[in-house]
Amino acid sequence: MARDESKTSLSGNFMKRSALRIEKEKSEEERKLIIDDEHWVLDLPKIEGKESKYVIESSIARCENLLFGRMSFQGCNPEVEKLMKLHNNQLALDEAERKENENSVNDQEMAERYSTLVGTMAKKFSKKRDRTSVEMSQQEAPTSNI
Amino acid sequence: MTDHVGKVFLPGDKLENLNVSEKTSKAILGPGLRQEAEEIVVSKPGVLRHKEPNIYWIDSHQKRYVPVRSDSVIGVVSAKAGDVFRVDIGGSEMASLSYLSFEGATKRNRPDVKVGDLVYAKLLVANKDMEPELVCIDSAGRSSGLGVIGRDGGFLHSCSLNLTRKILSSDCPLLKQLGKSTHYEITTGMNGRLWVRARTVLLTITIINAIEASEFMSNQQIMAMCKRLADAFTEKD
Repeated sequence: MARDESKTSLSGNFMKRSALRIEKEKSEEERKLIIDDEHWVLDLPKIEGKESKYVIESSIARCENLLFGRMSFQGCNPEVEKLMKLHNNQLALDEAERKENENSVNDQEMAERYSTLVGTMAKKFSKKRDRTSVEMSQQEAPTSNI
Repeated sequence: MTDHVGKVFLPGDKLENLNVSEKTSKAILGPGLRQEAEEIVVSKPGVLRHKEPNIYWIDSHQKRYVPVRSDSVIGVVSAKAGDVFRVDIGGSEMASLSYLSFEGATKRNRPDVKVGDLVYAKLLVANKDMEPELVCIDSAGRSSGLGVIGRDGGFLHSCSLNLTRKILSSDCPLLKQLGKSTHYEITTGMNGRLWVRARTVLLTITIINAIEASEFMSNQQIMAMCKRLADAFTEKD
């Protein structure tokens, strides 16, 4: 029995090794066979891809701004009513933001306006700062003495 | 192009001079419009719609649902196949819904979904060459209203795709007005399916009939109908 087992295990080991060897040879062969990309490139002038003027949007829900699909009224399903409220608030916020963007001045206008304002504002603040700096020095004086 | 908005177009018609956005100088083409090289070709018969600043699409009467990514649909679970459910969403092919794409589901903790259940799910994959795939969670892993619906009664009704879009549009007063006069719950799938649950079967049927009748009504007509219904509800109570 023992001899049988050792025999089988040996042959198993032997088989394993040979199997490994065969596999290694195969992979080496394959590596040789692998052709680098250059083989497949045609020597043609590049096709210039123009940037498309259009964006494809396949969902009509996004085109039309549809509401959330689940609704509940007068407490029929409190969970859904909570979701509805959340969703509606989000919609209202988005709408408000959009309106604000339309109405408010943009960054560049803001910067231009402020650049002219800087002078007047600086004057206003310089007086204050002078005053505060005087106060600060007065406060600091006694502490340094102690 | 603004003069063509609201007019009827047939497949093969070409569109020109679409408004583009100021920032990106691009126009957004919705369903029914296709880009062929440099031309914009209409691919569905219908009315050209436009939304400021640069969105265009074709609005057509349609009953056949074609799955579109990120649509929320109502499906019927029709089979369990290993770790996915086969769900009928009314498209040309069954959609697959993995049991792991439910809120709180793990490999051990399977969601309680049976054949015949209704699910409200979002389309994650919708491609003409591939099987559509549904999920019942959002990107954060929460259900956010998706999942099995209709365990406690209610009624599923099929209608045209336009009607579901109409009742979900923000300027349609129908569902809100009905909600003022009666207590009910509705789930609308973009695949032309409505699921309604009200206090009694009679009320559910009334609501569904009202929605069906509103398909070609103007907003004033809808308001008038809702008023008559509200009177009828109070009389009955």
